[in-house]
Amino acid sequence: MEIVHVYTKLRSEFGRQYLFSDRPTELLVDIPPDPSLAMQFITKTPRDQATQACREMSEHQVNTERFESESRGLNHMEGGWPKDVDPNDMEQTIRFRKKVEKDESYMNSILQLGSVMDHYIRQNNAINIYQDYFTEDQDIDEGQEAPSAKTINVFRDPNEVKRTVTCLSWHPDGGRKLAAAYCCLEFQKSSKDLSPDSYIWDIENPNQPELALKPASPLVCLDYNPKDPHTLVGGSYNGQIVYWDTRRGSQPVELSSVEHSHRDPVYKIIWLQSKTGTDAFSASTDGQVLWWDVRKLNEPTERLVLDPGREGNLDRALGAISLEFEATMPTKFMVGTEQGLVVSCNRKAKTPAEKIVCTYDGHHGPIYALHRNPFFPKNFLTVGDWTARIWSEDIRDSSIMWTRYQMSYLTDACWSPVRPSVFFTTKMDGVLDVWDVLFKQNNPTLSLKVCDEALYSLRVQDNGRFVACGSQIGAATLLEICSGLSTLQKNEKSLLAAMFERETKREKILEARQREMRLKERSRSEQSREDDTGRDADGDESPEQLIARAEEDFYSVVEAERKRREERHREKGVCEEKEVKDEAVIPL
Amino acid sequence: MPTNYAEVEETLRRIQSQKGVQGIVIVNSEGIPIKTTLDNSSTVQYAGLIHQLVMKARSTVRDIDPQNDLTFLRIRSKKNEIMIAPDKDYFLIVIQNPSD
Repeated sequence: MEIVHVYTKLRSEFGRQYLFSDRPTELLVDIPPDPSLAMQFITKTPRDQATQACREMSEHQVNTERFESESRGLNHMEGGWPKDVDPNDMEQTIRFRKKVEKDESYMNSILQLGSVMDHYIRQNNAINIYQDYFTEDQDIDEGQEAPSAKTINVFRDPNEVKRTVTCLSWHPDGGRKLAAAYCCLEFQKSSKDLSPDSYIWDIENPNQPELALKPASPLVCLDYNPKDPHTLVGGSYNGQIVYWDTRRGSQPVELSSVEHSHRDPVYKIIWLQSKTGTDAFSASTDGQVLWWDVRKLNEPTERLVLDPGREGNLDRALGAISLEFEATMPTKFMVGTEQGLVVSCNRKAKTPAEKIVCTYDGHHGPIYALHRNPFFPKNFLTVGDWTARIWSEDIRDSSIMWTRYQMSYLTDACWSPVRPSVFFTTKMDGVLDVWDVLFKQNNPTLSLKVCDEALYSLRVQDNGRFVACGSQIGAATLLEICSGLSTLQKNEKSLLAAMFERETKREKILEARQREMRLKERSRSEQSREDDTGRDADGDESPEQLIARAEEDFYSVVEAERKRREERHREKGVCEEKEVKDEAVIPL
Repeated sequence: MPTNYAEVEETLRRIQSQKGVQGIVIVNSEGIPIKTTLDNSSTVQYAGLIHQLVMKARSTVRDIDPQNDLTFLRIRSKKNEIMIAPDKDYFLIVIQNPSD
């Protein structure tokens, strides 16, 4: 049903004012609800739901099948020739080329390109755009990096029963090989299964030694010949000297005879500088230093007994534990003894008595290491008991510099061959210390705990970077020292020389003073002895009388002092101003 | 035309005589080396490889801006510099050792 309203107006009524009137509401349409329709709907609890009108998407993961790729190159062959020209036929190709060259477009384009190219070529020749305009300051000031060292390799004793690494020696030619002497130094600890072998290791291969040296008795020390890198000489536990040639295998080439060798283990053996390059000398705790010629090992060429009384008496001889020889001073050498003395000797002396030049009394225990500074041969380093000491040859009484008493025993030391102020020490708690005397004197510059067992030997390679140290269980560790500690710093030599000078002078002054005091004492004691002889004429005084006299002396001295103080007190007591000070002055 | 021919020869000779120039190769649009001062194997290599590179370079320039076109291409390497002047039908390739 359509509801329509029609509005009509007479034309004449247009323009006439509106006359509004009220009338009551009229109900036009009433549509009652139809309950039957309600059946078609279900009432539901209202809830919120968001909807979005967009395309539906979903996420998937796909794994492609394995794709094998290969790198290929392309080889260019001649091509592009038109069908009628055969590229292999020279005549045809030449003819084709000539044809093209005659073509006008060719000529025009080449002329044009030629001028362009010419421009660029000249440009290239005029300026080199890659020229270095600002010369870079090449001196990169290396920042003070903390000193460090890192372990490169550990060479372990391949035998079941572990022995101590008692001595290490670097191959003289480049230092690619390391010879290590293994021996059990503890008295009567060696068992039957103890292998007497010593090994030569290649530093690149820590798994297996390169060569095994098989002497009759374990080696205590070992040295490569600096002139001939194939030969080695070693001193063994039973006192014999053994000579090897690595080209001839593991068995020794020659052995010294038992009667003429040392009677105690040979603790140190060093090659000498000689024309033939076959001389070596060895030291042992039996008190002898023997010289050998390796061509004839049945008898030593020379013998020196380390008797401080200079009589060659073997009973009173000092046991030698370390030797020192510097190739630049071939006539002098030094021996470190078990008793703590360093004996300086001259090889070229006429009589055996003159051979021993002087002694330096330094340590409380055996001197395990003795090494001259390669840059300042007048100064040498000794290590024994709990300190390391630096000595100057001129000062006999004491060392010029020494370290503090360390926590554990020092076993070995050596100077760095590249830096005059750096030396290395090993201790019984497994610590390797690197000392830089110019940097710090109280403490080591770098302290590394290499292993848990005691370290017994130490050797620095000639380049100053690699250090090998051997421990009690037969593990030789190879360490690399950081470049800061293994490169020569500027002014180092002069600074160190100045330091040594200063310390030497100090010691000299102290020594002079000591001597003065001693002289004074002696002269005083001589005088008092004269007086005493007068008194003694009455008879020897008995102990009680001596005691009584000592007591008297003591009391008289105390009385005198007290009287003196009282007088002073009374004097000062008069002036009131000084009373305040008095309180402080009288510390009775 | 013969004079033009002589001019062409003159141009190439002038380029060849410049300081540091090691070789010249002229390649046509199909990759055939027309004229060269290098040995055959090098010529073939240069012709083939550079042809592709110039095509790629040209298409790159034109893709970025269709009004643009490639005028010159220089490849500077450690040992020398390869300069390519492209044209509609031919390329002129010059290998030069830059002044040090």
